[in-house]
Amino acid sequence: MTEPSDPGRAPDPEAIRPQRPAGPTHRALAERAQRRRSAVIAGVSTVVVFGALAAIVVRAPGWGQVRRAFFSWDDFRASLGDIAPAFMLNVRIFLIAEVLILVVALAVAVARSSRSPVLFPVRVLATVYVDLLRGIPIILLIFLLGFGVPALRLDGVTNEPVVWATVALVLSYSAYVSEVFRAGIDSVHESQRAAARSLGLTEGKALRFVVLPQAVRRVIPPLLNDFIALQKETALVGLLGPIEAARQAQIYSSKTFNFTSYLAAAVIFVALTVPLTRFTDWLVSRRRDRVSAGRLA
Amino acid sequence: MSKLVLERVWKSFGDRDVLAQVDLAVAEHEVVALIGASGSGKSTLLRCVNLLEPVDDGRVLLDGVDISEPGRDVDAVRRRIGIVFQAFNLFPHLDVLGNVTLGPRRVLGFARRDAEARATELLARFGLADKASDYPDRLSGGQQQRVAIVRALAMDPELLLLDEITSALDPELVGEVLDVVRELKAGGMTMLIATHEMAFARSIADRVCFLDDGRICEEGPPAQVLDAPRHPRTQQFLQRVLRREDDTRP
Repeated sequence: MTEPSDPGRAPDPEAIRPQRPAGPTHRALAERAQRRRSAVIAGVSTVVVFGALAAIVVRAPGWGQVRRAFFSWDDFRASLGDIAPAFMLNVRIFLIAEVLILVVALAVAVARSSRSPVLFPVRVLATVYVDLLRGIPIILLIFLLGFGVPALRLDGVTNEPVVWATVALVLSYSAYVSEVFRAGIDSVHESQRAAARSLGLTEGKALRFVVLPQAVRRVIPPLLNDFIALQKETALVGLLGPIEAARQAQIYSSKTFNFTSYLAAAVIFVALTVPLTRFTDWLVSRRRDRVSAGRLA
Repeated sequence: MSKLVLERVWKSFGDRDVLAQVDLAVAEHEVVALIGASGSGKSTLLRCVNLLEPVDDGRVLLDGVDISEPGRDVDAVRRRIGIVFQAFNLFPHLDVLGNVTLGPRRVLGFARRDAEARATELLARFGLADKASDYPDRLSGGQQQRVAIVRALAMDPELLLLDEITSALDPELVGEVLDVVRELKAGGMTMLIATHEMAFARSIADRVCFLDDGRICEEGPPAQVLDAPRHPRTQQFLQRVLRREDDTRP
């Protein structure tokens, strides 16, 4: 029992602020114990799950054959030597397509977001384009352009299959990416546009200096996500004949009757996509931290 | 001649008449405060003046020229009229200097260096010199609103519209923003101010207009409208508001 405090007494201004005792707090200790427990559980459950999966695969009746056909170290090394140079074609296609997609998609998104009556036909065209191109499977588009355009035998137009396959990728992905951009544009609050217009900026300048910079920043994570997908889709170019990584793997396997080359190609693709995926996740989580800290407008 | 004249202005959203035949004149160097309940049309009136909302009927005259005529170059009009919003509406992707120089550079065609020199001067005048390279999300509400005022001033406006500029602020930050407005009045700025701060309206306005349901119910010098309102609606409104101000007074 303590003495009841005198209700009429004013707080003493000279009273010393209570000092926090040294050492970890009660809560810090509890959290540390909790973390240790979680780590142990995660470790045990990982071993159990992956152990069980490995046991199922290794004990399957066909495992011996599969191991020889898909996991041959010699074939892996031999095919990697062929596939790695071929993969440079995938990288080239990817890099060129990426830049073109950004340009086309942004143009389409801006056209669809415009309100000017003069641009009405452009708006219709952009809408039709997005609807159509999102509906056509890329593989069909690659065949249509890759076989169709050269068949026209137009003067001065290249018949190079790589070019037309890349065009097909650009057309298809631009339709998707333009929707990403458009979502970003729509996510910028109307009051930002009002603030820009009230300074006397024209519709176009408000878009360029105020709306788009904010919109693009917001859609970088989903944009990178689409580019990760694009990296893999470059393998479809091989369907027209150009020898990129997946096609090279196929050639190797048809010569040796061993499928390890496909695994080698997959490893190369993954080696490029994983860093980009991690980078995207990092961007997303950083952004989430900023939003939850209430610092992002 | 009046700087700004609203002549029988009508504005409706759907079938709701937000402004019903509003007549209002603001003389050069005059400060007019619009008071009235939420939804009485104060903000809409301001937005109609700088053409963020087109008026349905009637005319808005700036220096005697009809600016509300359909087909008029709205950007040329807005260049001459500054507006400050309740929610600041600063550009979050630009730092303070970027916010203040955007208009001068992209609308008035100032070179970057000239625009920044002028902006720095203005920021210093309002105690924001050390914030020039900060982003808006690093500033307090009061600082953000002062930056928003400076952004409007950087366009050298002939008329400044203030739309409830202290309503989104914590009480202890209201003062610093109102001080800026007082300084602007001392400098002769023509202002049309929508406000909930009766004490502020009393101290700064040359004239107070009470808006009720889209109509100007009563207008006159602050002492008359705020202390001896004649219209029953004004009396009712002031009773409600002033009682609330008493309640919050410690």
